[in-house]
Amino acid sequence: MNADEPMIAIRGVTRDYGRTGRVVHALKGIDLDIYHGERFGIVGESGSGKSTLIRLIAGLDTPTSGVVKFEGKRVSGVPERKLDFLRSQLQYVFQDPMSSLDPRMRIRSIIAEPLIAEHHPDPESRVMELLQAVGLPASAADRFPHQFSGGQRQRISIARALAPNPSLLIADEPVSALDVSVRAQILNLLNELVDAFALTLVFVSHDLSVVRYLCERVAVMYRGDLIEVGETDHIYSDSAQPYTRSLIEAVPRLDNALAGVTARELAARMEAPQQASA
Amino acid sequence: MTVLMKPRMSTRHRRSIPASLIAGAVIVGLVIIAALVSFIWTPFDPTITTTDRLLSPSGEHFLGTDALGRDVFSQLLVGARTTLYVGIISVGFAAIIGVPLGILSAAGPRWLGELIMRFIDLLLAFPALLLAIIFGAAFGTSTFSAMMAIGIATAPAFARLARSGALQVLSTEYVLAARIARRGELDIAVRHVLPNILGMLIVQASVCYGVAVLAESGLSFLGFGTPPPTPTWGRMLQEAQAIMFTNPMLVVWPAVCIVVAVLGFNLLGDGLRDRFDPKMEDNR
Repeated sequence: MNADEPMIAIRGVTRDYGRTGRVVHALKGIDLDIYHGERFGIVGESGSGKSTLIRLIAGLDTPTSGVVKFEGKRVSGVPERKLDFLRSQLQYVFQDPMSSLDPRMRIRSIIAEPLIAEHHPDPESRVMELLQAVGLPASAADRFPHQFSGGQRQRISIARALAPNPSLLIADEPVSALDVSVRAQILNLLNELVDAFALTLVFVSHDLSVVRYLCERVAVMYRGDLIEVGETDHIYSDSAQPYTRSLIEAVPRLDNALAGVTARELAARMEAPQQASA
Repeated sequence: MTVLMKPRMSTRHRRSIPASLIAGAVIVGLVIIAALVSFIWTPFDPTITTTDRLLSPSGEHFLGTDALGRDVFSQLLVGARTTLYVGIISVGFAAIIGVPLGILSAAGPRWLGELIMRFIDLLLAFPALLLAIIFGAAFGTSTFSAMMAIGIATAPAFARLARSGALQVLSTEYVLAARIARRGELDIAVRHVLPNILGMLIVQASVCYGVAVLAESGLSFLGFGTPPPTPTWGRMLQEAQAIMFTNPMLVVWPAVCIVVAVLGFNLLGDGLRDRFDPKMEDNR
């Protein structure tokens, strides 16, 4: 496969919700390429369209116009039964590890679920392998999701996503529902696994500092538009966009706190450039 | 939204068993025991008429005899059998029709869902009694036609419940995850939807059971239920009403049985709901 060819190509994609009269333009013409082996971050505040965008990439939603391609094959507007090429390569980690695990299923069945479609010869040992890879004991297989903490559940969710050996992992705010204390563990785990399994990662977050930790490239979204795409470090250090700057400023930092900047003032700083650009 | 989930999960084990659940279970247990006992032992054969008519309760006939000289206690025991049998079959029939229709209407395309629900509305318009009379006229009066009538009349309740439950389960992320894992719609329905709405359905079945028992008694009373000589509580009531003012106890016994049994199933349903009903919003 040509290494220069993007894994995911998004061209002129728009997505409108609602009917005539009160249409919400969730995405307003997005062009984006994501390459093999990349760790790509998408940041933006809630309502910026980042979740809509990754749902389109995952073939869970259809764009109003534009094209989404995965390895040169069209994803958008293709019926589910013809999406096998995508489903066998792409896996998804959801934001909320409670609602993304069936409460009536044992962990064993949850993790083995993606293995059924590919007729895996030995799902049992694969489940054990995965539990070990995400740092859970083998005894976890016989238990139910509610018997685990949030961080452990997210580990289970990650194990399920890795089960069919995907090449692309999409993570939709995988740590925002977790306690701060376990966030770092899950991020480290993702970091290790992406390396170990040579995954392409698309990581969505509203938290720039998390994206900075994991991702090489980042796209900043604001109200359905891509404001900026570039190297994470570059965007962090000298972004030209006032909105990006305000996002960076909004990350609570020790020096801000010491200077007596309150949360309210941070919020006000967020507002100011938005009004200027709107 | 799922913050609600945690307290429910953790309190489930600690929550005490509701009194209604205990009371319901005891009553239903008694009815079941009575039915089981009737298979191996009854004081007299409840279908044999004798000349010992309208006897008062005695050591020999615990609750006396009726106008045809049959032992009332024996009839009540055997009647419990009919009650349970009719309830199980008709509620089971209702669930077997209603639940798949409900899940299909939630999982299928929108037009199909609408079509199914309008059909269910149509069914809902027919009272069980009218259906039973129609069935009785068409297929002859029998336990079976009564059970089918009650079953069809109860099916809409199951269909609606299954639909609303399935809609909520289908909107969860674990179903989305199953789709990403390339599971088919049938697999999702069987492996994810059904286990997650089973609790609600069991509660519903218990409540419907009480309704079915009542309906069966009503049908027997009107002569559209189980034909003689098989004893049923409803027909005992009907046979006794002619001599109600001279022998009031012959009305009281079957009536008490019906009321207590229905109460038992309703209490059981209420208790199960209190204890197990996964509040649907928690499933999200």
